[in-house]
Amino acid sequence: MEIVLVSLLNGLVYGMLLFMLASGLTLIFSMMGVLNFAHASVYMIGAYLAFTFSQFLGFFPALIIAPILCGLLGAAIEVWGLRRAHGNGHIAELLFTFGLVFIIQRVVQMIWGMLPMPYRVPPLLDFPLFTFYGAHFPAYRGFMLLISAGMLVATWLLLKKTRVGLIIQAALTQPQMVSALGHNVPRVFTIVFAGGCALAGLAGVIGGNYQTTEPGMADAMGPIVFVVVVFGGLGSLMGCFIASILMGMIQTFAVVINSSLLDLIKPLGVTLTGDNLFTEFMTVPVARIGALLPFALMILILLFRPRGLMGTRDT
Amino acid sequence: MKTEKFPLAISAQAITRPGIPRANSTQAWVWTVALVAAIAMPWLFYNYTTHRHSGFVVSMLSQMGMMSVLALSYNMLLGQAGLFSLCHATFFGIGGYATIHFLNLAGDGSFPLPLELIPILSGLAGLGLAIVFGYMATKQRATAFAMITLGIGELMTTAALMFHHFFGGEGGVNSNRMIGHSLFGFKYGPAIQVYYLIVAWTVISALAMLFLTRTPLGRMANASRDNFERVQFMGYDPRIVRFLQFALSGFFAGIGGGLYAITYEIVTFDALAAPLSANALLMAYIGGTAAFGGPILGAVLITLLQSGVSLMSNSWLVYVGVLFISMVIFAPNGIMGLVQAHGPIVRAGRFGRLLVPYVRVIVPGLVMMAGFVGMVELASFLTIGAAQGKTLVLFGSKIDVHAVLPWLAALICLAGGTLWFGVEARSFRRVWDGLMGDLKSQRSAA
Repeated sequence: MEIVLVSLLNGLVYGMLLFMLASGLTLIFSMMGVLNFAHASVYMIGAYLAFTFSQFLGFFPALIIAPILCGLLGAAIEVWGLRRAHGNGHIAELLFTFGLVFIIQRVVQMIWGMLPMPYRVPPLLDFPLFTFYGAHFPAYRGFMLLISAGMLVATWLLLKKTRVGLIIQAALTQPQMVSALGHNVPRVFTIVFAGGCALAGLAGVIGGNYQTTEPGMADAMGPIVFVVVVFGGLGSLMGCFIASILMGMIQTFAVVINSSLLDLIKPLGVTLTGDNLFTEFMTVPVARIGALLPFALMILILLFRPRGLMGTRDT
Repeated sequence: MKTEKFPLAISAQAITRPGIPRANSTQAWVWTVALVAAIAMPWLFYNYTTHRHSGFVVSMLSQMGMMSVLALSYNMLLGQAGLFSLCHATFFGIGGYATIHFLNLAGDGSFPLPLELIPILSGLAGLGLAIVFGYMATKQRATAFAMITLGIGELMTTAALMFHHFFGGEGGVNSNRMIGHSLFGFKYGPAIQVYYLIVAWTVISALAMLFLTRTPLGRMANASRDNFERVQFMGYDPRIVRFLQFALSGFFAGIGGGLYAITYEIVTFDALAAPLSANALLMAYIGGTAAFGGPILGAVLITLLQSGVSLMSNSWLVYVGVLFISMVIFAPNGIMGLVQAHGPIVRAGRFGRLLVPYVRVIVPGLVMMAGFVGMVELASFLTIGAAQGKTLVLFGSKIDVHAVLPWLAALICLAGGTLWFGVEARSFRRVWDGLMGDLKSQRSAA
């Protein structure tokens, strides 16, 4: 029982972190039709910047500065890169962000080196928040939940209750009409791209010391975030939220389940003998294929429901 | 029978349209030179005193051969069908794994197949997997297709690390290529024999893929890339076209993987992981997706960079990445596209008028590049190089990466070069547009 509760909380924390990354990505994707492969790279930059600034200024100023810098970086990418690639077609835009992944990866290694950074939880938040069944729940995870829930509410308010949000929402589906009404749609694109990158940067700040800040963190996070966006569906923040939490839960629960396919059919009286690929497939525990599950789920949903969980249109 | 009429009409139209790759004398000439170069190259580096081939050169050339097959087969998707796939290495890798198992079977005598024919089986392994995954992926196109293939790639990489019987886990599977069965009586011990086997299979695969571009399937793949609705209109199912194209490209990727397995005699999960898929994309795109030979050029270039520059620099991937991004923005048809753009001017005998403008662009371009390379190298020696205990040596003298002067010099080169290049590029553009305009008006007058 305590395993279920602990995993539930951890899954929630991880899911909210995923959501911070995925919400920006899904907004960019829905609006510009570009899946930004470099989104997780911005997340990594956010973590590194936060590490550097927290050494000089402390954690809390870094919490504000790093996302702003990431947002500016995003705006620069949109204005000087993506907009130029746009003229060469849709695939060119995808390829452009794909190339950025390489460059950012290596540039980060060049500036900060190949080794993991000693980016730690600030001492102010380094205490167990509460204890149940003998397991501590760190205060920092509570802080992460707080930040990400705050972001969720703020993004929702911004999109639903303000004039800017109204225009963004309109530009998501009817860019030509919005442009005809006299709004500068390219600038809206830039704002959304920058905003998405700032969110990714914020996720990097609070995720960098939750996981490890190292050059491989973008590669580890990137594919999962794409899965969340595609799974949740285009143009739907709600779908994105559900998918994030679901993926967070799957990843944390999978590691604690030790049964295999064989255990499932054992009550039917099936036994397996021999040592071959099939028995290996049947006896591999769920804990070991946890990393595989999100991708299998994504392929399944794209096959049977191309618009994702709550998407409003096909990808 | 109604639909039968249209494809004929379309293909006839397509053949007479300029811009479609056609076998002409210039192209045949280039191909022959490339083939002769591939055959002669190992002998240029032959050491006549020790009577040995340069191992480095032969292994690099072999790598070029198999990467050419991979890049060409990738271009069947990206260039010819407009499909951005992120799991192409999956089929390369599965071909490699299957080949190792076939080699083991052939080696212990239970399946005595000559080594020369084993790549066919590797191709069939790739084809089989591509049929399964292609059925799923080609239901979608554009971004959704890219996402499904990304998922497939990650799925297969994870599976390769997990299942030990077929994939051997992290250590991979290995074998011995000297199985004692050969059509021509070769042992395939020395790498040079394997190299010629690779050349032969590269030529066969390239010819087969070239042939495919001229079949109705190849034409319809182009059509479904350019105008999806029109293809449906004519009574074709673009999905079937995509599926066939995907499956066949998996077949050729499998052949490439087979050559890989025969060369290295070991296949690990690297052969099907995402970096190799990305490499296939880089090679095809930088070489040029619009021309058939582009991916070969890209494969040769990237392999050269990989084995040459990576020895000198830690950050060769930065250069490849920057090259790739500038290609995406400025030259979407790759190097081949740039070369082909000069075709009309050269044919009109006006290339001489571009020489001076070229020199004026190249000089600031080199300054800009020197500045950029300087910045990258200084930064990487400050961190990665320091961790490896290396120091930056230029023209025989050590350079202190902590001093201000080298940084300042690189920065000035980069900034000044970029500004200068911008000015010159604009004037080059004017000359170019003027020439093109002249040619166009001449042609319409004629």
